[in-house]
Amino acid sequence: MNEKALIDDEHFEHTLRCEHAEIISPENIVYEKPGTLLDVDMHYCPGCGHGVVHRILAEVIDEMGIQSDVIGVAPVGCSVLAYNYLNIDFSEAAHGRASAAATGIKRVLPEKYVFSYQGDGDLAAIGTGETIHTCNRGENILILFINNGIYGMTGGQMAPTTLPGMKSTTSPFGRDVATMGNPLKITELVALLPGTYYVTRQSVHKPNNVRKTKKAIQKAFELQKDNKGTCFIEIVSNCPSNWKMTPIESNHWLEENMLPYYPLGDIKLPNGRN
Amino acid sequence: MKDLQLMKGNEALAEAAIRAGCDAYFGYPITPQSEVLEYLSREAENRTGMVVLQAESEIASINMVYGAAGTGKKVMTSSSSPGMSLMQEGISYIACAELPCLLVNVNRGGPGLGTIQPGQSDYFQSVKGGGHGDYRLIVLAPATVQEMADFVKLGFELAFQYRNPVLILTDGALGQMMEKVDLFPQQERKFEILDWALTGKVKERNHNIITSLNLKAEEMEIINIHLQKKYKEIEKNEIRYEAIDCDDADYLIVAYGLVARICTKAAHLAREKGIKVGVLRPISLFPYPYEIINKLSDQVKSILDVEMSAGQMVEDVRLAVNGKIPVKFYGRMGGVVPGPEEILKAIEEKLVGGAA
Ligand SMILES: Cc1ncc(C[n+]2csc(CCOP(=O)(O)OP(=O)(O)O)c2C)c(N)n1
Ligand code: SF4
Repeated sequence: MNEKALIDDEHFEHTLRCEHAEIISPENIVYEKPGTLLDVDMHYCPGCGHGVVHRILAEVIDEMGIQSDVIGVAPVGCSVLAYNYLNIDFSEAAHGRASAAATGIKRVLPEKYVFSYQGDGDLAAIGTGETIHTCNRGENILILFINNGIYGMTGGQMAPTTLPGMKSTTSPFGRDVATMGNPLKITELVALLPGTYYVTRQSVHKPNNVRKTKKAIQKAFELQKDNKGTCFIEIVSNCPSNWKMTPIESNHWLEENMLPYYPLGDIKLPNGRN
Repeated sequence: MKDLQLMKGNEALAEAAIRAGCDAYFGYPITPQSEVLEYLSREAENRTGMVVLQAESEIASINMVYGAAGTGKKVMTSSSSPGMSLMQEGISYIACAELPCLLVNVNRGGPGLGTIQPGQSDYFQSVKGGGHGDYRLIVLAPATVQEMADFVKLGFELAFQYRNPVLILTDGALGQMMEKVDLFPQQERKFEILDWALTGKVKERNHNIITSLNLKAEEMEIINIHLQKKYKEIEKNEIRYEAIDCDDADYLIVAYGLVARICTKAAHLAREKGIKVGVLRPISLFPYPYEIINKLSDQVKSILDVEMSAGQMVEDVRLAVNGKIPVKFYGRMGGVVPGPEEILKAIEEKLVGGAA
């Protein structure tokens, strides 16, 4: 195929259709775009965890058949445009305030599945108060917390979750805990609160982890029906652009540096098991 | 509960919220309006199933309002000056996302922590924006406990009619004082599914999105143009004021809220002395009754604006008068309520004596 044909979408699709018509038959399909994911280009950088999390979230909503009963809230951060991709009713919220907005929605529509989708700058910095009190009240919502250790949207500033020694535009010589404080393990913190029901830390940097994260999301939505408290899922993620790495490098870096500090696994399970 | 009651302003407002079929109240205590949250906490849920939640801060309250208002329900919050300052970010988001809701500011004396005594020094914040960006609230200023109740109903109606937040701007004295109030009957809490609201995406429609974001400047400008058009529409239709003894007046006082009542007393005292004074009380502070004040300035010799502030609304009075006649100002600050005698003195000194 020549270069022109490659960038010519129509031609490309036509070729694809002719060449693969036999393969793409319903009985052969093993991988499909979830219906809850809208057919539009995403703005996330290549290799970014946000895109993966969106996809599995959409898959869970599809598989549970709850598209008409779920309402999402995403505040400011790279995921501010999440509503462009997820075909569900959705509210954007102010920086840090997603869990308060989600509380408002859940309180007036208690039958709906309500979730917030927040970055670390959002949830663990400007929105610390809202996060802790939402969890402490035990709001029956799911909080999805994407921890990439940095402010993505504003161009790579230090977050509360930035690792010691980790460089960012506002810690250019590496985070010095003596002057900049320690990384905040907010997930462990909220797990201590009686209002949280299910707290887990997952990642999406490898297929196996993607599957585990998906299961956790599904479990959290199922638990929301029990009205027993807040489900909180931290997803340790990457930010190849601001970490200044290729997607693959960033996943290696995540495994070697983020995971020792933010170990994966369940922190609090329903019925007091942990 | 009987319809005719002797009630505190704050309680009348809370009772009116229940009767107006309000679905949810989110708030945080601050004097002099904590009775609203207290009253609703004991009265609301059992009677109508209304959600009442004490948030951890005003920032959380207003964002709970934002979330809940996005579902198309009747939602409100109330606070007093420092708390309102904390809410401004959220109010700006609500205004841009065009969500109907009712806000109440029981104004106290500022700036800063200030005092818990009544004030009117949040006028600029209330009518000129307050938060970031070009937006307006519909602002209603009650002068009686009766209006504290009535404006809750009116406020919700206007909020839904224009998909715009409505603010009741009152003060600590009106919030705390007791008066007779004739309460409107209990309205049903009925949930209408609005085509724009978050209710869960059903097959019959596209997904609904509540947002105040548009990263493209030209598109954000279109949103702004739309908002400004709406505000023009509101300015055309929703101007409210009360004109007291203005027909034969030689001098005019402009004042709002409780102060307008005190000024009416002062105007009576002036008339006893043969000085013909009328009082123009703006009820809607946005939209502002510029036209009637302009018309009256063709008739009277000069105008006195009286406020419990350093002079904030006086700028709007001057805009209305457009230089035709002198506009004087008399104000008390920091929570001090002016008395009728001192206002009479100001009338004599600033209007009759020094009309130049
Ligand atoms: C009140 C307020 N302060 C600051 C900002 C600027 N801001 C936008 S996104 C962001 C950080 C987002 O980082 P994070 O939550 O970690 O999400 P990510 O972009 O990494 O996904 C900041 C500081 C804002 N929009 N509003
Ligand atoms: S800046 Fe980082 S977090 Fe944001 S989309 Fe790009 S890779 Fe993802």
